[in-house]
Amino acid sequence: MSGHIVVKVSAIDTISPVVKQFTLEPCDRALPRFSAGSHVVVSMPGQDRWYRNAYSLLGDPADTSCYRIAVRRQEASRGGSRFMHEDVAVGDHLSISPPSNFFLPRWNARHHILIAGGIGITPFLAYLHEFERQGASHELHYSFREDTTGGFSLELQQRLGSSLHCYQGARPDFHRILADRPLGTHVYICGPQGMIDAVTRAAKDMDWADTRVHYEAFAAPESGTPFVARLAASGIDVTVDDETSLLEALEAQGVEVPNLCRGGVCGQCKTAVAEGRVEHRDAFLDDEERKRHDCIMPCVSRSLTDTLVLDL
Amino acid sequence: MRLYPRDTQAFRGHFTYQNSSEAIRRFPFPFPEDDYIYSVNIEPHVLPGPEGSVYEHMLDIDEHYLSETAERDMVLREDPDRCLAMPHMRQACWDLLEFVMTHYARDYPQHFSFERQGDDCVWVNHPLNIRQSFRMGEEGTLPTSPLELIGRQVQGDIALLDQRDGDLFMDAGVITSPADWSLAFDAGMSFKQWHGPVPLAHEMGIFDRALKYLCAIQVGGPVRRLNWTMTIHPRMDSSPETFAHWGKDRTTITPDNVGQDVYLRVELQTLVRMPRSHALFFGIRTYLISLEDLVTHRAWARRLHRVLKGLPEELADYKGLSRYRETVVDWLAHYDRQPEPQY
Repeated sequence: MSGHIVVKVSAIDTISPVVKQFTLEPCDRALPRFSAGSHVVVSMPGQDRWYRNAYSLLGDPADTSCYRIAVRRQEASRGGSRFMHEDVAVGDHLSISPPSNFFLPRWNARHHILIAGGIGITPFLAYLHEFERQGASHELHYSFREDTTGGFSLELQQRLGSSLHCYQGARPDFHRILADRPLGTHVYICGPQGMIDAVTRAAKDMDWADTRVHYEAFAAPESGTPFVARLAASGIDVTVDDETSLLEALEAQGVEVPNLCRGGVCGQCKTAVAEGRVEHRDAFLDDEERKRHDCIMPCVSRSLTDTLVLDL
Repeated sequence: MRLYPRDTQAFRGHFTYQNSSEAIRRFPFPFPEDDYIYSVNIEPHVLPGPEGSVYEHMLDIDEHYLSETAERDMVLREDPDRCLAMPHMRQACWDLLEFVMTHYARDYPQHFSFERQGDDCVWVNHPLNIRQSFRMGEEGTLPTSPLELIGRQVQGDIALLDQRDGDLFMDAGVITSPADWSLAFDAGMSFKQWHGPVPLAHEMGIFDRALKYLCAIQVGGPVRRLNWTMTIHPRMDSSPETFAHWGKDRTTITPDNVGQDVYLRVELQTLVRMPRSHALFFGIRTYLISLEDLVTHRAWARRLHRVLKGLPEELADYKGLSRYRETVVDWLAHYDRQPEPQY
């Protein structure tokens, strides 16, 4: 994996009171090309530790003169989004990972239904560029509050016309959206977990095959019970508090674990477990692997026992 | 590096294929141990690799470039189905074209150039005497499809794998030198479906692990592996479609001709994430070496003897070696008689 990319913040636009859009330009080398649905992980030097958050690239994939990301300020911020909003100014440098993608459009679909909730609109902004270029049939259902991400809706209205359906402050009727769709239709959901659950439930009710339903949750790891990770090789104990992921806690101790998505899907950070029981929160391992409690995805998963001994 | 001669008899007819001493020196010998066992033998394709080795550049070309592209042309004329792309692979085909042109021009500037102003491009391939202006992404500006255009100029076979639902699908490619498989047959198949005929490895969970690994490959993180089999004569096109031409060759091996007629066939497989489509490029660069040339390297001769001798029956059958394995093993035994060096 090629290393981190240093970029310069060339513009910061206010989309709404809680969402800012950052334009990132290359410093020393051209930015890699990317596919629609890709994200980058931004590393931020916080006061007492580094924050690393994944943000979808929302610009046109054909244009790699700059990257664009949008950051929603989270009320219960773990630090990253607050840092982006308060501490980053035009002209600053940031370190980002190369793009990776775990939320691809299905190029063989005949019709694409996009369902976005709030800041979940971001990967779809890149999708739309590709769909428009390729003449792919698509429609967008966008649920938002004006004071949060409504700022994108004006631009979307101009681009999409009648294939844009806005739901301001209201929840769409997912059953109606999914009813009577031809088999080549795929649905993509990006938004809060509640919305993902509601759409996947509606799809199941209507006998949609799982392979036609795609979603990406916000990547931030959820909080949990504190525990201690003991590193078998060195005997070092790493305390993982309720708001920090195991991966972040390890990194804070200088223990680098290979990783890509920081959201439990890519499998790169899989780490062997010698003792303890794992609270699996990833989407990578299968049921058999989970039952063995002999490995963990430290980016999202936690411990069921007070101590977890890692083969590190 | 020289890319000639261009010889249309190299891989058929009179089989004029020959390796220079340089080609023998850089041959990617695939056996790290005396026993051949299956493993997920995939490693990062870290670039640049050792100078002069087959790993130096993203895409390796060598002295057989002109002969192989001529062979590719003949196969495609005889059987246009060796090049195919499903409609949803359109973006992936453009990705491939840009990927090959960029890397060839960067790594072999004496032979290729690729100039680009926005979407206006000019590609020059000196060895094949091609100069092509076109607009990136606009099919109408090329004389053939982007896949066929670049596929004809690549040394080695290419497949483009679409990734969806945690699986890979063989949905496009230009395959003219397959080791007993067929793109037309495998097209549209999933990773485990096209590996269906491989014995033993399914039970070992090899394909489960490999698939997860391959699906996680990202832009900027190419990987590679070596695969091997054996071929009678330096025949590149050993496809099921042409089995009638080459199948019977397996019965012709004798102690007298084994050194000249039996070839070790090694594939340098590279897997690279295409940036715009997220398709996986699967490149298969094939290297052939006659046993006569191979045994000039004593360590290789000794090791190949031990590998072939111990190869499980199922694997020998799958690789099509059963009919002549014993003859090869007996012939190689001569090079494995010296005692092991003592340290």
